[in-house]
Amino acid sequence: MTDTRFFNEMEAGEGAPRAPYADYANWFSGEDPKDLLRKSAEAETFFRRIGITFNVYGQKDAQERLIPFDIVPRIISGAEWRVLEKGIEQRVRALNAFLADIYGGQEILRSGRLPTELIAKNDAFLPQMVGMVPPGGVYTHIVGTDLVRTGENEFYVLEDNARTPSGVSYMLENRETMLQMFPELFTKMKVRPVSSYPAELRRSLSDCAPPNFDGTKPRVAILTPGIHNSAYFEHSFLADQMGAELVESSDLKVVDGKVQMRTTKGYKPIDVVYRRVDDDYLDPLSFNPESMLGVPGIMDVYRAGNITIANAPGTGIADDKALYSYMPDIVEFYTGEKAILKNVPTWRCSEEDSLKYVLDNLKDLVVKEVHGSGGYGMLVGPAASKKELSEFEAKLRAKPDNYVAQPTLALSTVPIMTKKGLAPRHVDLRPFVLVSPNRVHMTAGGLTRVALKEGSLVVNSSQGGGTKDTWVLGD
Amino acid sequence: MRLKISHTTTYSYDRPVDYALLQLRLTPRNGPGQTVLSWQSQVSGATQQVAYQDHFRNDVELVQMHEGGQTVTITSQGEVETENLNGVIGMVSKVPLWIYRSPTRATTAGPTVRKIAAQAREALAGNALAGVHELSSLVAEAVTYTKGETHVATTAEEAALAGKGVCQDQAHVLIAAARHLGLPARYVSGYLLLEGQTQQEAGHGWAEVHIDGLGWVGFDVSNAICPDDRYVRVAIGRDYGEAAPVRGLRQGDATEELCVSLQVQQ
Repeated sequence: MTDTRFFNEMEAGEGAPRAPYADYANWFSGEDPKDLLRKSAEAETFFRRIGITFNVYGQKDAQERLIPFDIVPRIISGAEWRVLEKGIEQRVRALNAFLADIYGGQEILRSGRLPTELIAKNDAFLPQMVGMVPPGGVYTHIVGTDLVRTGENEFYVLEDNARTPSGVSYMLENRETMLQMFPELFTKMKVRPVSSYPAELRRSLSDCAPPNFDGTKPRVAILTPGIHNSAYFEHSFLADQMGAELVESSDLKVVDGKVQMRTTKGYKPIDVVYRRVDDDYLDPLSFNPESMLGVPGIMDVYRAGNITIANAPGTGIADDKALYSYMPDIVEFYTGEKAILKNVPTWRCSEEDSLKYVLDNLKDLVVKEVHGSGGYGMLVGPAASKKELSEFEAKLRAKPDNYVAQPTLALSTVPIMTKKGLAPRHVDLRPFVLVSPNRVHMTAGGLTRVALKEGSLVVNSSQGGGTKDTWVLGD
Repeated sequence: MRLKISHTTTYSYDRPVDYALLQLRLTPRNGPGQTVLSWQSQVSGATQQVAYQDHFRNDVELVQMHEGGQTVTITSQGEVETENLNGVIGMVSKVPLWIYRSPTRATTAGPTVRKIAAQAREALAGNALAGVHELSSLVAEAVTYTKGETHVATTAEEAALAGKGVCQDQAHVLIAAARHLGLPARYVSGYLLLEGQTQQEAGHGWAEVHIDGLGWVGFDVSNAICPDDRYVRVAIGRDYGEAAPVRGLRQGDATEELCVSLQVQQ
């Protein structure tokens, strides 16, 4: 049975496919479901072999887990994609202008469009960035905007992920897997490639290098916290794919005014560091003195203009959940245009009236921690037990500033392959956006996360979500 | 007044150090009440990596100790012409004022600091300047100047609880209390001419509190006055850590010995 409360991206009703899925549905009807199930199992073996696994925080026994992959692609038409592209480009430009302003003249605070408190009392604001203009003026080099769909033309931005969005390796590996398993589908359908992402990433980062690099091209490195980090696979995978150095704290030193890496031929300067280490750990000399993951002196070198740090320290102030509700104003303030993509209505629990509303309607709402991520510490009202609701109520009353609430969105569904055939499951979408001084580039594709449990609206991999390949059609 | 300053800091280690970085904030700038006539800094045993202005517009140098070295000597000397402004620095602020309203780890008001602050509330409501003077003397009473009882990382609350500390601790307590009362406050590191005493053991530190209508006003709890023409401002920050003349980080477990030679004279 089709649940009409939710927009089904594959079906138009009466069993007919929606246009973007027409060719796929046609192909699917000619396949033997047993074969497809067998291929599903093969896909899992494939992922295990190449080693894409994922560490789940808070789970002792299953330190490395595989994120399940579903073989039914999520398909987006060219026309749909162009709207998303325009909307995200607008939003990302606004985010960069906002960051330049917040660490510069702070016009938006003086205009009264944003309460100063929101910045002043926010741990994501880094005083150390005040007055600092990063090379090329770019703050958010890599953005992973989380989108959800609720209808034919209804897309909402859920989160802006402007710090260190992960998941791009899944976009690339999912496609690789699909190409290997279903080559014939790719001859039947015009699916735009995603394989150029690593080269685009490298180009985009290089374009943001400080002007004084040695030799003919800037040296790019990925700084990883190390093998125990949940995204270590992605760090090493990306470094390999884009031809960048993979470095850890202990490989780096300040030499001759630059951050340099130890090689067998002595120290070599790094011009752009794509760091996958959080702000607080980045430099023990400027931030948390206890950090063993960072590079002492990198902020000094940065302020002197001798290295590009991607994303810039302090960008977290732009994707903070408390700030999210102001995004329509922020977009309008810096671009002079109305926001193309919708924002989910958000109640700020720090405000008394909102808190009252949230407490009265807790069972219908999604409540999130302002600084949380990965689906940890959130409450999905409709799915919560009475006990969970009352426990959360106590938390909300104790620390209302720490929470925002949103309506439970009717997330669209895309079918997954099950033993009983196709079955709809809720999805979201994270496209990956690259920003350089002259260009905002969005790879035609992204990471589709899918809640594998029937009826579940939580797609986070740490909460049992899976992934799908995302196809953008070349129409 | 024309002040001549000569400041030498030597760090010695009991074994060779492979890698050490020092962040230096040792250069005074021209500003209200002071004109730098000449200033020179020299570092031996280490090499300058970068020089830049930080978020508070302090001049910063990052130097790296020579690999395998055992001593670093940092020498600053120069002449500064000063003028008595009775502590009033004025409206100059290069960063938004609210940055100085939030507590840092070292300047978070705990129960002891809050108690000191509460006693100044009434005076503060009448006249802000008089109120901060009152607060400053309350801090001097509550935290008596005592050497060797606290260390560089002692927080305002710890010092207030101990009731003892040096100029850094007294400034931290004043800053924490002022912020608790809603006033922007900051730390200043610098130099002070002491009457009849040319040789000093260490640089000086005091607080500045922002008062509506006046702007930044200096308060030296330790000497119970507002800084005059005997004071030279070198660096500012939200607390000592951000304004510290030297911040360092090194690999290995060598034992450090510090030797300071400081002369401030007319």
